[in-house]
Amino acid sequence: MRYEAPETLDAAVGLLAGESGQVKVLAGGTDVLVQIHADMIDLDLIVDIKKIPEMREIVEEDGAWRFGAAVTGKEMMDNAAFNKAWPGVMDGVRLIGSVQVRGRATVGGNLCNASPAADGVPPMIAARAVAIIVGPNGRREIPVEDVAIAPGKTSLEPGEIVVSFQLPKRAPNSGDAYLRFTPRTEMDIAVVGCGINLTLDDKGICTDARVSLGAVAARALLVDEAAKALIGTPVAAAALENLAAAASAACKPIDDKRGTIEYRTEVAGVLAQRAAAIALERAKS
Amino acid sequence: MAKQYVTTTVNGDLTELLCDSTQTLLDVLRDELGMTGTKEGCGTGDCGACSVTLDGVLVCSCLVLGIEANGKSVETIEGMAKGEELHPLQQKFIDHIALQCGICTPGLLIAARSLLEENSDPTESEIRYWLAGNLCRCTGYHKIVEAVQAAAIEMRGN
Amino acid sequence: MGRAPSPFATKIPYEKKDLKIVGSNPTDRGDAVDKVTGRARYASDITLPGQLIGRVLRSPHARANILSIDMSAAEALPGVKSVVTCDDFPDMAVEHAASGELMVNFRDVTRNMMARENVLYDGHPVAAVAATSDAIARAALKLIKVEYEVLPHVIDVVEAMQPDAPVLHDDQFTKGVEPKPEKPSNIAARLESKLGDIEKGFAEAEIIIEREFNTKPVHQGYIEPQASVANYTEGGLAEVWTGTQGHFVFRAQIAKLLQMDMSKVKVVPAELGGGFGGKNNVYLEPLAIMLSKKGKRPVKMVMDRDEVFRATGPTSGTNVKVKMGCTKDGRITAAQAELNYQSGAYAGSSLPLATITVFTRYDLENVSVVGHDVTTNRPKVAAYRAPGAPMVAFGVETVIDEMARECGMDPIDFRLKNAAKEGTQTHFGPKLGPIGYIQTLERAQANAHMKEKLGPNQGRGVATGFWFTLGAETSATVNIGEDGTATLIFGTVDVTGGSRSAFAMIVAEELGIPFEKVRTMSGDTSALGFNFMTAGSRGTAAGSMAAVTATRKAIARMCEIAARKWEVETDEVVWEDGHARPAGANVGDFAPMSVAELAKEASWFGGTIAGHAEINVAQGGPGFGTHVVDVEVDRRTGAVKVLRYTLVQDAGKAIYPEFIEGQFQGGAVQGIGTALNEEYIYNDKGVLENAGFLDYRIPVASDVPFINTEIVEVPNPDHPYGVRGIGEVPIIPPLPAIANAIFDAVGVRMRDHPMSPPKVLKALKDQMIADASSQGTAAE
Repeated sequence: MRYEAPETLDAAVGLLAGESGQVKVLAGGTDVLVQIHADMIDLDLIVDIKKIPEMREIVEEDGAWRFGAAVTGKEMMDNAAFNKAWPGVMDGVRLIGSVQVRGRATVGGNLCNASPAADGVPPMIAARAVAIIVGPNGRREIPVEDVAIAPGKTSLEPGEIVVSFQLPKRAPNSGDAYLRFTPRTEMDIAVVGCGINLTLDDKGICTDARVSLGAVAARALLVDEAAKALIGTPVAAAALENLAAAASAACKPIDDKRGTIEYRTEVAGVLAQRAAAIALERAKS
Repeated sequence: MAKQYVTTTVNGDLTELLCDSTQTLLDVLRDELGMTGTKEGCGTGDCGACSVTLDGVLVCSCLVLGIEANGKSVETIEGMAKGEELHPLQQKFIDHIALQCGICTPGLLIAARSLLEENSDPTESEIRYWLAGNLCRCTGYHKIVEAVQAAAIEMRGN
Repeated sequence: MGRAPSPFATKIPYEKKDLKIVGSNPTDRGDAVDKVTGRARYASDITLPGQLIGRVLRSPHARANILSIDMSAAEALPGVKSVVTCDDFPDMAVEHAASGELMVNFRDVTRNMMARENVLYDGHPVAAVAATSDAIARAALKLIKVEYEVLPHVIDVVEAMQPDAPVLHDDQFTKGVEPKPEKPSNIAARLESKLGDIEKGFAEAEIIIEREFNTKPVHQGYIEPQASVANYTEGGLAEVWTGTQGHFVFRAQIAKLLQMDMSKVKVVPAELGGGFGGKNNVYLEPLAIMLSKKGKRPVKMVMDRDEVFRATGPTSGTNVKVKMGCTKDGRITAAQAELNYQSGAYAGSSLPLATITVFTRYDLENVSVVGHDVTTNRPKVAAYRAPGAPMVAFGVETVIDEMARECGMDPIDFRLKNAAKEGTQTHFGPKLGPIGYIQTLERAQANAHMKEKLGPNQGRGVATGFWFTLGAETSATVNIGEDGTATLIFGTVDVTGGSRSAFAMIVAEELGIPFEKVRTMSGDTSALGFNFMTAGSRGTAAGSMAAVTATRKAIARMCEIAARKWEVETDEVVWEDGHARPAGANVGDFAPMSVAELAKEASWFGGTIAGHAEINVAQGGPGFGTHVVDVEVDRRTGAVKVLRYTLVQDAGKAIYPEFIEGQFQGGAVQGIGTALNEEYIYNDKGVLENAGFLDYRIPVASDVPFINTEIVEVPNPDHPYGVRGIGEVPIIPPLPAIANAIFDAVGVRMRDHPMSPPKVLKALKDQMIADASSQGTAAE
């Protein structure tokens, strides 16, 4: 396995596009090294992108945040201002692995590894995050929900890298939250995950909402019906009932060693309600 | 594939070594440098027995390539005591019987030290959640938590 | 178990006396500083110059015939220095031996170590290679060509017992059935144990409860994978450093498997990173030795984590049926159980032990236990801390809980009413001696835990456990140095890190010298007489018997030196307070002599001072424990949170009390893990799906609260300090205690292990449906 650590995006793209064998990007390595160890992949080239400045910065411009795809979970946790702006995204980041894993793991890697259960993804979808991608054909932007397409597969073309994530400016009275269900308190892959982002008007009525579910389909879902259950309501009991039903209805899970179809479908509704309650709290405070 | 030349600082000592590109930092520490204090429990980042700090950040060394340590500073359990003087955490682990078989202990000590560097007065819950990445099968964690609490008190100078 | 105890076994009666050192907590444990600085050497930390790295090729199939193995490409790979298959190991005839708490059959041990005709589980070793690097060894495995004929497999114990199940061994006919069956079966053996008249017992019962329970296999979960470093010398000696709970047993097994003289095999126990019974069996050692012999270099072999889960020894999965009867005022009149235990690919599960422990907390007249040992396509089971007991406790302790409630009695009061005590006749033979069961119940009842208030969806459960203390062959040597310090060479592997301190405390107590003047050292197989496995909670109990015996011999030698010096008879010299003294004023006015003074003069008076013991320790007094747990159940997800945990256990005599607390806590948390989330998950091809710590979910620090412990001391009458084994009891009650707590919290009875959130949620839903649709039929 050849190891390269380019210092510019162009160099990285050139390496990725030019490799005929098996190649992967190395960000935090907390998924890739596990895959190498398990003999799941046999790489000819690994491209370490941690020396590329644009991929490592967290900046706020005019209330809108942009952070590089190779910023670590710990670096995000240490950024007080970002935590204040996007607590729901941070709920997700805080649940990736362990303290040790978060010392290396990145939202970029979490997304591009394309596990349907990735904790960083549903709250980013709910936040309306946009992935900024650079490749041989230049730069483009797509909503985060369009990056992963199936377990282990992204929509990226050969040679493309996710460079950073752009989050929109927060409307006032907004709040987001992410909850997941795991059998233990920590260290498990999510059985179900739910990210909710909502905005209230000054009468406490929800004017905007996004609901995303993880681990219940081939990729994280953006559930419009669930959002509709909240919009126009004070997010009280009746809306929460509808929210749960819509969340459960959207599930297309599988039976595997982490959960059954029945269980995931049921708990998706429960988590949606609980996440909505937290997002509501945050929107009001 | 030719070996990679790596220069890294380990416990303050400038260290040069050769390693394969697929060797992890854990492999390098144990097999190339003979520093067996850092343990392999799983090789996949699920047990924390291989915990070290890399440029001051707590990580699983099985999830870092040896090459990635190039130009960086690694702290392992071998560097925790200062000469004859054990770190307060090491002493409290002994005093409170926070170890039995001891295989998880190096990783736990490194993780606990990181915790107290970041939060000098952690609650029981904060200790438990911070150490969730370090599996122990012998102690049930009870005396480990007590030892960390005791070390925190001593290190705050109370 | 099964054979009457030997009249020559060693018992040293309990001596009640004031103790200076035993019962305190030493400041210098001997192992702790090395462990906290990373200097302690576990097997995988050992490196020999010129060593090769060995790796094992394992079956990807749950069951298959091996048609051919072609090693040629692997052997030709540059860097590969030796390879082995079953052809390098002699076939073994049927022959049984004890290996810890379970028996082994050498015909099966060799096959489990390296498959011969067929593979019987995912992970079964098929071949091994040794190469100059780990990378080359792994590459070599990929070049080995094995032709398999895949066969139908069976995993579940109940399925394996069915007449149409695929049969693993066509030469296995159920033992214990008359007449001998004509067709081979997966049921290797049928056991029976009876007391009194079970029919009469049920006829007398006013309440009868009959329930069925199923448990999945769980793994010991030690954080250190198996590792061995072997060196076969040109002179034909095999030395191996390995992680083991019993190096002498390993030596015997290795010698047999390799057809070598035992005197030519040396096994050195490395510091052990957790065993819990799982390191009672050889896996890598014979392979490493043979690879070293053929490669003419030392060979180091370390298992990956997934190999540990796939190919070492988890527990049995079980199906247990319990039927018990009692009177309305709470007196048990009948106790019956059917235990179906899978042994994995080869016969020999913990069924005999389960049979002994199933009801042994209660004073019963009418008992009937029937058990089946069943082979299935899983790895051969190994012992796991009280092997076999948690599964039967799951059944019996929850049925007891139901009976108590039916009688309107508090669960502890119900147990007190039926408690085993001194003189109770067990159903498997012996009468119980003095025991502390009742004391643990009473102390649990009086504990402050019971006063804590429970909120909505919170509940409290109680359960109790029993385990015996093995004795067996134990050998030790005490050497007195010229400076008056003592060294104990011990051979009962110190699996916890605390036994060596306990031994040192006892030697110091016996000699009457400060604890700091005693050092312990682990002796390899060349240094001592035979020591049995550290298993059956015998580590400190039996090890200390040998330490006492050896020390008393050293003391006798020191008294002899004094007698020679004073020119008196040896029986005129006594040992008191660390000194040899004249037995009385009439003997003479001689100044007492300290250990150091005696050591200085020893050579003149005949030779240096040592004492050694090679004894067979009689089985010791059993231990009992009572556990109380509070849980909270999330009704919408089925998640169970442990809020509070208290346990009380009889240690006989706590030599090192704070260490014992730690063992109680560790065992309880293993039990909590078993109860809530640990299980082996296989796919429909019989391949293990969760062979790692990510999906084999042992408790993490945030999953459990502080575990409150209380030690009760009812001295073991056959041990000079009253010590009972304590290591295994703590893991038994958590599973049923949590099941009982879940019922108390939300009214559902869990009988299917583990009690993971999906199962609890389903039970809650089924309960709701049953409540809604039933009119008048009592739910539980």
